[in-house]
Amino acid sequence: MSEFLGTIVWPLIWLVLPMLALIVSLLIMLAFLLLFDRKVWAAVALRRGPNVVGPYGLLQSFADFFKFVLKESIIPAGANKGVFILAPLVSFTLAMGGWAVVPVADRWVVADINVGILYIFAISSLGVYGIIMGGWASNSKYPFLGALRSAAQMVSYEVSIGFVIVTVLLTAGSLNLSKIVNAQAGGFYHWNLFGILFPMAVVFFISALAETNRPPFDLPEAESELVAGYQTEYSSSAYLLFQIGEYLNIVLMCAMASILFLGGWHAPLEIAPFTWIPDLGWFVIKVWAMFFLFAMVKAIVPRYRYDQLMRIGWKLFLPFSLLWVVVTSGYLLYFDKLP
Amino acid sequence: MSAPVAEPKTKNMTINFGPQHPSAHGVLRLVLELDGEIVERADPHIGLLHRGTEKLIEYKTYLQAVPYFDRLDYVAPMNQEHAFALAVERLCGIVVPPRAQYIRALYAELGRQLSHILNVTTQAMDVGAMTPSLWGFEEREKLMVFYERASGSRMHAAYFRPGGVHLDLPQALIDDIYKWCEHFPKVIDDIEGLLTYSRIFKQRNVDIGVVSAEQALAWGFSGVMLRGSGMAWDLRRAQPYECYSDLAFDIPVGKNGDCYDRYLCRIEEMRQSVKIMRQAIEKMPKGPVNETSGKIVPPKRAEMKNSMEALIHHFKLYTEGYHVPAGETYAAVEAPKGEFGVYLVADGSNKPYRCKIRAPGFPHLQALDFMTRGHMLADVSAIIGSLDIVFGEVDR
Repeated sequence: MSEFLGTIVWPLIWLVLPMLALIVSLLIMLAFLLLFDRKVWAAVALRRGPNVVGPYGLLQSFADFFKFVLKESIIPAGANKGVFILAPLVSFTLAMGGWAVVPVADRWVVADINVGILYIFAISSLGVYGIIMGGWASNSKYPFLGALRSAAQMVSYEVSIGFVIVTVLLTAGSLNLSKIVNAQAGGFYHWNLFGILFPMAVVFFISALAETNRPPFDLPEAESELVAGYQTEYSSSAYLLFQIGEYLNIVLMCAMASILFLGGWHAPLEIAPFTWIPDLGWFVIKVWAMFFLFAMVKAIVPRYRYDQLMRIGWKLFLPFSLLWVVVTSGYLLYFDKLP
Repeated sequence: MSAPVAEPKTKNMTINFGPQHPSAHGVLRLVLELDGEIVERADPHIGLLHRGTEKLIEYKTYLQAVPYFDRLDYVAPMNQEHAFALAVERLCGIVVPPRAQYIRALYAELGRQLSHILNVTTQAMDVGAMTPSLWGFEEREKLMVFYERASGSRMHAAYFRPGGVHLDLPQALIDDIYKWCEHFPKVIDDIEGLLTYSRIFKQRNVDIGVVSAEQALAWGFSGVMLRGSGMAWDLRRAQPYECYSDLAFDIPVGKNGDCYDRYLCRIEEMRQSVKIMRQAIEKMPKGPVNETSGKIVPPKRAEMKNSMEALIHHFKLYTEGYHVPAGETYAAVEAPKGEFGVYLVADGSNKPYRCKIRAPGFPHLQALDFMTRGHMLADVSAIIGSLDIVFGEVDR
């Protein structure tokens, strides 16, 4: 019995525990990020935003959660039932799965695999399946158009994100996310943001907006054109899963931006007032700062048209990031900075 | 030898854009034929807000007909009343006192602000910018309070009546409107900061929905839709009615006739409108605000307390109404959306024989097909936004 406990149960618990901790804390943080998103938007629009549920509206997201869960699920008569239900699950699970390799602090990571960045890249590419399935299974025209748009859009911007990541890999010399972070240790001037990779950080941020369907690239769910895009026919929990999946992806992109360019969990300066905040704290602060940028962009920009979006992706970002891969490698080689 | 490859069979997709679409601006049902994302044909279906206004007016006295005009273009209610009041006054041969003329000009321009704020910001919303509309709505709210302080109602004012305006404006209200005029240009600057100089907004609007001056004339355009295409035609200047000939203002004219030019025209018209409002307040004379014979406009309540004649007039005017001499006339005003006209036929009785309403939105909507053809789906909402349609007046 004790042998069974020792070899199977305890390791299993130790395996599940960090996952559970990550998922729960992530979802709770997400609840407040959603509120933060709405509050920022409201502040720009000179409104108050949600302020009724709980003090300062802090419990708004939980109220929304219960509202969604308690509503009736409507499945359109012409829909393909199985795929229709599967789509939000796929979307949510993949968004959650990406977090497995994200190091939130030194050695605080569920799966410290040595090709972590490729894993994230693969998982986020799969995310488009949730949207395509949802749009197709709805058997309705607006969701279908939304799904087509989003497939094209996500594929296009994935390419430039790929090249951005290549430049980071070149400077860090590893595919492991923890090693990429540690390569930027020792003060903010070591961060990838402040160096040859600065333009790539900009490209990454914009591509991340497109990748997560945020304004000005929110074409798959463009309200003034496609009503709600691929989510038009969804309601209650299924809609909630789509929404959570989408926001998890956004937060994942914020986390990626802070890992790749902002030094991950490292404090901006290794001196007294900054080191009082623990590693995890710095990571969370950086994620929220990135999220603030996402929220501000939503508040102030109009939306691109489909062809303009494609043009930026293929004719501007792709050649530019390709060029920068060459420039970065040349720079690293010439100044003998290759890791 | 490989088998010949069959030509893939494709057919265009037809989708229903509205009437419950978020950017259908009310109850437009647009049947779109799409080739991919390219619009091949746009077929507007109207009538979902038809209330038979013109027929209803035939069964109402001239005074009772006024509120129906509020409900046409409900974004700028008083401008419609203005056209009807002018038509009735022309048939009766009345000229309203100068103070009433200036009050009308002030409130007509206020209505223009109401309409243009809504249109500019919803056009922004149609291309995805959400924030300007919330900034604009705060100003609209203030304007609606001015409506309420003058007439008692935020929207359906029934304030411009044949013979003048319903009640005089209190001085405090005039002062507050003047203060608003000083503050509002800053709000326009803010909105412009988010839109006029935004690359994305330009990319979405420049060269979209181009209308040449000839096309604009051929399709019966008026207002900003015509001026955006380069025709300097404004009824306030071309055929000045009431006190407009004494007010100085510029008429902004577009160059390319695209959505962006129309947007710029509206922004500039708001600034000019502020100018007109300030002049109207500065030049506003003292005096009566109504025609004073007592035959069209009911007498003051104080007068009724000791004048038998006044009491009789009051009773007759609110029951039978006044009789308008037989004849016909067409009166048009420069409403925010274009030329709003009323063709009135009177048969000498207390009710109009026929009241034909020329709503500017109707010809604009007709042109939607040629304006959207060949553009992408996303441009359709941008073009609808720049047409400035309100279904209250299109469907009547």
